[in-house]
Amino acid sequence: MAAHNTPVIDVKEMTKTFGSFVANDRLTFRVERGEIFGFLGANGAGKTTAVRILCGLSAPTSGQITVAGYDVWTQSEQIKRNIGYMSQRFSLYEDITVYENIRLFGGIYGLSRRQIRERAGELLGRLGLENQRDTLIASLPLGWRQKLAFSIAIIHRPGIVFLDEPTGGVDPITRRQFWDLIYETAQSLITVFVTTHYMDEAEYCDRLCVMDEGRIVAMDTPYRLKQQYGAQDMNEVFIKIARKEI
Amino acid sequence: MRTILFLLQKEFLQIFRNRLMLPVIFVLPLVQLLILVHAATLEMKKIDLVVVNRDLSTWSGRLAQKFTASPFFRVQDAGNNQEAAQELLRKGQADMVMVIPAGFERNMMREGEESVQWLVDAINGTTAGLSYAYASAILADFHRELLQETGYSAGMDLPSGINVRERYWYNPKLNYKIFMIPGIMVLLVTIIGMFLSALNLVREKELGTIEQINVTPIRKYQFIIGKLIPFWVIALFDLSVGLTIGYFLFNMPILGSLPVLFAFASLYLMVILGLGLFISTMASNQQQVMFIGFFFIIVFILMSGIFTSTETMPAWARTVNIINPLAYFMRVIRMIILKGSGLTDIGREMIAIGIYAVLAMGLAVWRYRKVT
Repeated sequence: MAAHNTPVIDVKEMTKTFGSFVANDRLTFRVERGEIFGFLGANGAGKTTAVRILCGLSAPTSGQITVAGYDVWTQSEQIKRNIGYMSQRFSLYEDITVYENIRLFGGIYGLSRRQIRERAGELLGRLGLENQRDTLIASLPLGWRQKLAFSIAIIHRPGIVFLDEPTGGVDPITRRQFWDLIYETAQSLITVFVTTHYMDEAEYCDRLCVMDEGRIVAMDTPYRLKQQYGAQDMNEVFIKIARKEI
Repeated sequence: MRTILFLLQKEFLQIFRNRLMLPVIFVLPLVQLLILVHAATLEMKKIDLVVVNRDLSTWSGRLAQKFTASPFFRVQDAGNNQEAAQELLRKGQADMVMVIPAGFERNMMREGEESVQWLVDAINGTTAGLSYAYASAILADFHRELLQETGYSAGMDLPSGINVRERYWYNPKLNYKIFMIPGIMVLLVTIIGMFLSALNLVREKELGTIEQINVTPIRKYQFIIGKLIPFWVIALFDLSVGLTIGYFLFNMPILGSLPVLFAFASLYLMVILGLGLFISTMASNQQQVMFIGFFFIIVFILMSGIFTSTETMPAWARTVNIINPLAYFMRVIRMIILKGSGLTDIGREMIAIGIYAVLAMGLAVWRYRKVT
């Protein structure tokens, strides 16, 4: 897939413990530029913990980790300039309008007023939300909010965007539309790092990392994983891994 | 700076779109001042006095009459029945009982003196003491009248006594409301400032929106200042509303300089908001903020000198008051408004609260974590 040489995320032996509980156990992986990299696993497998560390929201216990070329231990603020983040917990301000949210985050990321206006127009056009410019987020349907949250997360054109279970709670059609948006984004060489427990989503990824109880148990393209496990689809792969059949 | 402006814009939008916030900001100060100023009073009026008159003479009747005439007492006549009077005291329907003994008039005539028995409900020691003091003053007055009428003062060698003439400074009419209004304004801005800011920040934690902020390159001080300024403005606005109400509705004099008052209030509010935000950086939900906040606020209010003078508190309490921001503002606002104190008179407090402001803000910024 992505044939670029410099990894945008380089993780070696990343460990995170909460007391005696090991949430991430010596994770090691690389993500290449422009890839759609998926973290697949059941609830509590440690996906969210890993994403939070990579985004600089949570400090790792140990490990060597660079994101966009910056060290998470010492350069977390530079990392934050170069990434976008959207989480399963809903992240836009519901009591202000669509445009006010765009303006707020554009402003925080240091865009000029003109850039904010331009990008807002562009973004609303792409999502077909021109008429919803002055609608409160609270009155938008969930699917629209998620597309909007994703678009705002990349308003500053970061090199990497982290999506932590971005499509939780929406129907498969909306999920499909959301993924069209992700593909569009990945074409402009933004690296997409996504966590999910939906198997249909796993199929959309360039490369997958399957997590179980804090450890990486398999990592490859969806095609090769299916071959390796002799499975029809990702669902089957996942069940085989979960039952530890191999 | 630019980032802070974007944050402020968002905060103000959220505040003014919130239907519950506007009443809190505009109506609360009005209601608090109007109600509390009348309710929170130490002035004694209508003390329930039961008179047991065992003498039934002209003079005993006049004595009882003097109490009836006083605005401080509400007199009930129990006739000759002391049991009934004591029962009223027990039930809490009477505050005091005065027993005029049989032979009161006769003894007064003959000896020039006689005893009257007082039974006082002293559950609240302060009230009991005050009631007794009022009663004593009326008795002394009555005694003087009697002496004059019976001609003792003319003929006999009575000590003239020391004539005391009081002049009360700074609140000449001893108007309790004028003493309370500044105090209640301190409570008002403190509670509004501390809880609005603290609840606002912790609400972002509850909703998860703070994550989206923490993942941006925003600086910690920018975020804290963005949370501070809106509530700082609101609290200062409420202070102005309070002053206006006090001045026009309660005829409270404003003797000192308003700029000095507002300068002090601005620093004071930074302390309060800083502490509020500090609490909310440690708490993870609104309940925790309320509990921790209430604990400190109640201790601070009761020790602030709003009702009782801080000077008469025990030494340890005065030491604790060094870290009680309310005690400073309570003192300073009364000095400025009622006494006309200027910058030089409150210099010490101004410096102290300034240092405190820097500390409180520093704590809030330091304790706010973008990385957990």
